[in-house]
Amino acid sequence: MATSNPSSSKPPSLLGRIGLAFRAFSAVLGDPDAAARFRDAPEGAIPAPAAPPTATPASPPAPATTLRQASPDSALQLLALLQREARLIDFTGENLADYSDAQVGAAARLVHEGCAKVLREHFQIVPVREEPEGSRIALPAGFDAAAVRVTGNVVGQPPFNGSLRHRGWRVAEVRLPQVAEGHDTRVLAAAEVEL
Amino acid sequence: MSVPPQPGSGPGPRYCIGIDLGTTHSALSFIDLAASDGEATVHGVLPVPQLTAPGTVEAQPLLPSFLYLPHADELPAAELTLPWQAEGRGVVGELARSRGATTPIRLVSSAKSWLSHARVDRRGAILPPDAPPELDRVSPLDASRRYLEHLRAAWDQAHPEAPFSEQDVTVTIPASFDPAARELTLEAANAAGYPSPTLLEEPQAALYSWIQSAGSAWRQQARPGDVILVVDVGGGTSDFSLIAVLEREGSLELHRVAVGEHILLGGDNMDLALAHVVARKLAAAGTTLDAWQLRALTHGCRGAKEKLLADPEALALPIIVPSRGSKLIGGSIRTELTREEVAATILEGFFPAVEASARPVARVRAALAQLGLPYAQDAAVTRHLAAFLGRQVGAVAELQGFAARPAADASFIHPTALLFNGGVFKSRLLAERVAGTLDQWLHSEGSAPVRLLAGADLDLAVARGAAYYGYVRRGRGVRIRGGTAFAYYVGVESSMPAVPGIEPPLQALCIAPFGMEEGTEAALPSLEVGVIVGEPVRFRFFASSVRRHDAVGAVLDGWAPDELREIDAISATLAPQGRSPGEMVPVRLHARVTGAGTLELEAVPRSGEERWKVEFDVRGEPAEGGLGGG
Repeated sequence: MATSNPSSSKPPSLLGRIGLAFRAFSAVLGDPDAAARFRDAPEGAIPAPAAPPTATPASPPAPATTLRQASPDSALQLLALLQREARLIDFTGENLADYSDAQVGAAARLVHEGCAKVLREHFQIVPVREEPEGSRIALPAGFDAAAVRVTGNVVGQPPFNGSLRHRGWRVAEVRLPQVAEGHDTRVLAAAEVEL
Repeated sequence: MSVPPQPGSGPGPRYCIGIDLGTTHSALSFIDLAASDGEATVHGVLPVPQLTAPGTVEAQPLLPSFLYLPHADELPAAELTLPWQAEGRGVVGELARSRGATTPIRLVSSAKSWLSHARVDRRGAILPPDAPPELDRVSPLDASRRYLEHLRAAWDQAHPEAPFSEQDVTVTIPASFDPAARELTLEAANAAGYPSPTLLEEPQAALYSWIQSAGSAWRQQARPGDVILVVDVGGGTSDFSLIAVLEREGSLELHRVAVGEHILLGGDNMDLALAHVVARKLAAAGTTLDAWQLRALTHGCRGAKEKLLADPEALALPIIVPSRGSKLIGGSIRTELTREEVAATILEGFFPAVEASARPVARVRAALAQLGLPYAQDAAVTRHLAAFLGRQVGAVAELQGFAARPAADASFIHPTALLFNGGVFKSRLLAERVAGTLDQWLHSEGSAPVRLLAGADLDLAVARGAAYYGYVRRGRGVRIRGGTAFAYYVGVESSMPAVPGIEPPLQALCIAPFGMEEGTEAALPSLEVGVIVGEPVRFRFFASSVRRHDAVGAVLDGWAPDELREIDAISATLAPQGRSPGEMVPVRLHARVTGAGTLELEAVPRSGEERWKVEFDVRGEPAEGGLGGG
């Protein structure tokens, strides 16, 4: 779920995707508008910012918009979980240049294990397409463009035949914790003072 | 709401609920009576909402049996909101466990082990044992009640159409629990608002769960003449039981013929032992861990141990002890756990391949009374198992159809089938070690290897089996029989002329024979004991798991050291109704096993219809003075 540069048809590499993922992550977290765009975007793409929906009060009435402001609570909840189980905020807050690969690798084990636990316990993530990657698949007319992204030589009319490059991921079930009324989700990890 | 027809009664419960009140985890399972038919049961495990972080509630299948007593300024009350209560005093479950890891002085853990600890006052506010004076401590009974209340509230929240108080509820206990610990568990359940709960021994529950999951196939897997050994190693306790399979009038019957001693030894001890091995290794390399890091290491060791025990190819796994501060990369400590360390610590330390004649090693205790839990002195589960099987060599001697068993020269009872329970046996290697050791014992005495009864859910079998027991008690499945696994005795001073300076020898008077079924009464012993009106009188009380032939009234002059075990004393105070205080009244002690599965004792005077309840003394005081005379 990274931003795709329209000028490059090649999908980004794994490293590139990690970088993009973190950019998208901080964009969603730090910018409510970006979060709203992300939420409302078709799966697999974040559209470039549209014209600000409330640009100036004086402008002529804009066409009815379907954008709405997402409550950041569940994003913050997920962040808190990732910090608690995987120390993700600690990890991403550090400058990797200061450490050896062995040190980074050791910490990465913790982060990996914790992230996997959070994903496993709070989401049921299933592939969009069950076929093995690399196999030929046919997309009939009216295929779900939100769940399947066609790339490359996109011409003509469906059915399209192509090679499955990535199976895609879809969340089948979300099991986020319930939050008490008045609980401040912005505190991702409480400061700890030992007495 | 549809209700199954109940002969002779109004609408009965809709569900049979089984509660596993564990040392480290509790769980609730249920069977829908209306939707179940014969061996096809509709059942489930209730996800238990609990605080997992301040202000955060998640439903999980297991409720960690921990109670955290926060400081008034530590957690805002609103952050402790549960679906069924706006705010509470004390935290139960996952948050209690994680908070308690960093503030152990406010954490109540292993309440169940304290509940059966004969040397402490179990109704007294003694937990946490090392709490600061300002903290309002709770009793082991209260802590147990809190876990039970939490489970009841979780049920009521999920099933408003079928209130908990109208369902059939079974609570499990270790088979080795003394009468006093059983009664305290029942008392906790009653205090938690449980509707006439029934108690069930955990190894039996595990077997019920196995029967339930095997469906009709269980009759092919268990055969007449089988002796099923249940080995249950939980987080904090190890529990053994033997269940014999009989055929009577064409159908199979199950008889629980023996239970083991109460052994405080479980999976948590194993993880801790491993963490200390790794910590020593780190210390040798110049890195000393503090208490917080040691706990993190224990957690890491648990994960690495499970992987190493599951994967025979893995030689070592890295363990990372995270930094406590936010500098994760620079501050974390990397170490590793090797296959040799796991093998030496877990396999050889806890499950050594010993001989059948091996017995647990008892260290001489320091003379001072210990305040902590009486953990097993010998960590070897296999040695405890050898001792159990050796002690119970005659357990099936009288059972019909077991005469042909190689009992004559056997040095221990020979099980034919084996059922594991408890999370420890998720490791195939440990299960194989126990089965392999047992097979070797059997081979040395010419018996065939045991069959494994497979397919049990090691974490949830006890809760599931408890729910299934409720179903079985309604006549819908095979029931395990057996009654009490102990005979009970009171200590009486023998009537001989007093010799100055010499304590009169103690005799043991049997008041409840082995194998009393629920809902039955023992006969009245002919021997009377004297109690003094208006004064509390205490009797020393003994249990035997091997004396199967003593009838009520039998008087033992002597016994082998491990034949009788002294348990909580019993005491009675006779109200001076129509008698003058200080008067000596001869009474007989009468035993009854209640439908719930507890032992009740009464003092019955020679004349009249009066009956006085005899209480188990759970205050942990040494039984001395005030002994009833013969």
